[in-house]
Amino acid sequence: MNWFRLNALLNANGVLGINRRNAEYMLPHNPRACYPLVDDKTLTKQLAARAGVAVPELYGVIEIQQQVRTLPQLLGKYRDFVIKPARGSQGDGIIVVTGRTRNSYRIADGSLMDEHELGFHVSNILAGIYSLGGQSDKALIEYRVNFDPVFERITYRGVPDVRIIVFLGVPVMAMVRLPTRMSGGKANLHQGAIGTGVDMATGRTLDAVWRTEIVTEHPDTGNPVSGVQIPHWDTLLELGARSHELTGLGYQGIDIVLDRDKGPLILELNARPGLAIQMANQAGLRTRLDSVQRELPGLRTLADRVAFARERFAHAQIPARLPA
Amino acid sequence: MKRLHLYVLAGLLTAIGGGFFLYKLFVLGFPLQPETRTDVWRIEVQIRFEAAGGPVKAGLYLPRRTGDMIIVDQSFVSPGYGIVTEPRPGRGLAAIYSIREAGGLQTLYYRAVLQPTRIRDDQSRDAMPDKPAVEFEGAERIAAETVIRAAQQQSSDARTLAPLIVKRLQEAHPDDEASFLLGRQPSNRRLVAVAVKLLQFSGVPARTVNGIALEPERRDARIVQWLEYFADGRWHAAHTLASAREAPRTYLAWWRGDEPLVTLTGGRQLEHKIATSRSYELATRTAHNQQRDLEKKLVEFSLFGLPLQSQALFRTLMVIPVGILLLVVLRNIVGIKTFGTFMPVLIALAFRQTGPAWGIVFLCIVIGLGLAVRFYLDRLKLLLVPRLAAIVIVVVLLIAALTVVSFKLGLERGLSIGLFPIVIMTMTIERMTMVWEERGPGEALQQGLGSIAVGILCYFVMNLRIVEHLFFVFPELLLVALAATLLLGRYSGYRITELYRFRVLARK
Repeated sequence: MNWFRLNALLNANGVLGINRRNAEYMLPHNPRACYPLVDDKTLTKQLAARAGVAVPELYGVIEIQQQVRTLPQLLGKYRDFVIKPARGSQGDGIIVVTGRTRNSYRIADGSLMDEHELGFHVSNILAGIYSLGGQSDKALIEYRVNFDPVFERITYRGVPDVRIIVFLGVPVMAMVRLPTRMSGGKANLHQGAIGTGVDMATGRTLDAVWRTEIVTEHPDTGNPVSGVQIPHWDTLLELGARSHELTGLGYQGIDIVLDRDKGPLILELNARPGLAIQMANQAGLRTRLDSVQRELPGLRTLADRVAFARERFAHAQIPARLPA
Repeated sequence: MKRLHLYVLAGLLTAIGGGFFLYKLFVLGFPLQPETRTDVWRIEVQIRFEAAGGPVKAGLYLPRRTGDMIIVDQSFVSPGYGIVTEPRPGRGLAAIYSIREAGGLQTLYYRAVLQPTRIRDDQSRDAMPDKPAVEFEGAERIAAETVIRAAQQQSSDARTLAPLIVKRLQEAHPDDEASFLLGRQPSNRRLVAVAVKLLQFSGVPARTVNGIALEPERRDARIVQWLEYFADGRWHAAHTLASAREAPRTYLAWWRGDEPLVTLTGGRQLEHKIATSRSYELATRTAHNQQRDLEKKLVEFSLFGLPLQSQALFRTLMVIPVGILLLVVLRNIVGIKTFGTFMPVLIALAFRQTGPAWGIVFLCIVIGLGLAVRFYLDRLKLLLVPRLAAIVIVVVLLIAALTVVSFKLGLERGLSIGLFPIVIMTMTIERMTMVWEERGPGEALQQGLGSIAVGILCYFVMNLRIVEHLFFVFPELLLVALAATLLLGRYSGYRITELYRFRVLARK
């Protein structure tokens, strides 16, 4: 297929490219001043806590190098936890500790780390290795999500999460990100996790994208990825719709995990959500964003926006043209 | 609204830049092609001697207009000295520096700017020189006659005779007549003198010419001799140095005869040095005479008004925006991933010094070894800033070692790797390790190759002579480049790599 035809088809299907996302959605709708709220996860947590939105419990923050020595005491109480950089991007620098032996910690990918290695990792976080732009950073230690077994059959270790793209308070597209062996337990598409589309009306999963291909089964477990009902779908949509007021960002991605006991928890917010979600849903974002922009004046309340999303963004894939 | 603003701004910039460009091109006649520049040679003679305390008189031969070089400008720097010029018929023109009383170390300068003539002189006739009277004595006479007779048999006239005599002398075997004439250990000077004498002996007017080869950036140009002979009513040059036939160098005839360049009375320890340098100047600038005032001012207030070294700097600076523009296209329209935003452009700048092939080799060696060291340092668990500092030190060491090794191996190119941007390389090594560990070697190599590929592309575009020329002569074109960049800043179509990435969504 030649490039021009490809270009025309993508355009016709309303596929959003990086340039257009930046120029027409992020730059005009995401005021610079709001970025720190989502870039720094400590701020996000505070914000969410104030608004009464559930987030994973924060066990502690390490802000300066001296505190690294107190790490063992801080961790002493907890059998399992997550260490992550406050300003990390794309899931880099996150360590999930699932348990401990006598003097080492078991990591989600099955490896072991001793206290020194963990301390070094925290020092690296503080030095800003994982942070956007390399500024110095803080390390968060928080509750390890005990994930809802609903995705157990289609997950290889790690924590699956639900990513919802929210535009001006309307959830427009969602996907479930499922870790694979390749992604090392991380729910990150560019590291090799798969993402399934989600029918916005029902909260049922669709086929998935892996790299740039569409797959119907989980590459490691071999189970079909579509047709799984996401529990608490209403709550998830509502969380998404509220996130706009929370951060002031017009175009953002919200990552939610489902905890077995605590229900949906906001993991993080993202001011620069990726575009692979379109492949997971086999649908273009631009069509949906355009319709939100057109009909926004009619959507006054939160309920309106959620209802709009359910009604308009129900799964139809890219509509098959009827033969004339 | 924003779009309109942008279009108006871009249009304005293009109009101003393009307008200036067209005005300079068509009205002022600035050259569009680099070929229309002329070489301009600068010569500097430095004379140093120890004055004895009394009157000093130093004579220096001056270069004069030759068939294909004219002297555009000359100056004498000699505090306290009086200067007169003194024609010395048959030999040239000399400047006489004189002073009543001088002691201690004296330094005199002579500077000249030369330029190839655009219209060759019509040298239809030179004055017929007097028939020289030369005699060889005894055995030399017999040897001379043998050599001349052999040459005369193979030639038809003076124009064919002279090269044959020169050739005969050059190919002298030990113990033959030619080497007998030349004597032991013949120098080029001796060869020329013998050839001149032989020619004169055979009835062809000939003379020794002293001059220099014009070469860019020579600190100590050597004076060489060749000969001239008179035939068909004019003088012709015959070069005797082997290299003169190999490389078509430009020779400047300076003075004639056997006298030295500088003669001195009233001082000792005389030494002199000749430096030559080449620069390009606009044909329009050097042809002062046809210029109107406005044009002169425009040239004076352009980059051409700067000293030569600064001009060289700006030649490089002015092409950076071209590389940047290309980088914007490659990143935002094609979608190639690179390390760092502008690192490829800096790499391309370094390539300008090393050449692309060696540049890539050196870059790969430094980055490769740097990565190895970085992976080793990883085991020591250092903090970020000290670790980066350690890598900087290692990179500097690597570059120094590479330079020394490649120089010892006889690779002159190696000397220029010191120009690689060290801090940028360090950051690249650090970023590459991060990507390597986080996303695997595949991704790291992909981004590394992307950076080098973009760097090479930038290099080739920035190194085009026409590009360098255009942006140096017409800096206003940068406004057009700026307009293009601004418009690219609002390009919201797909990147070419995205077409591939999203191809599964391209269904009807």
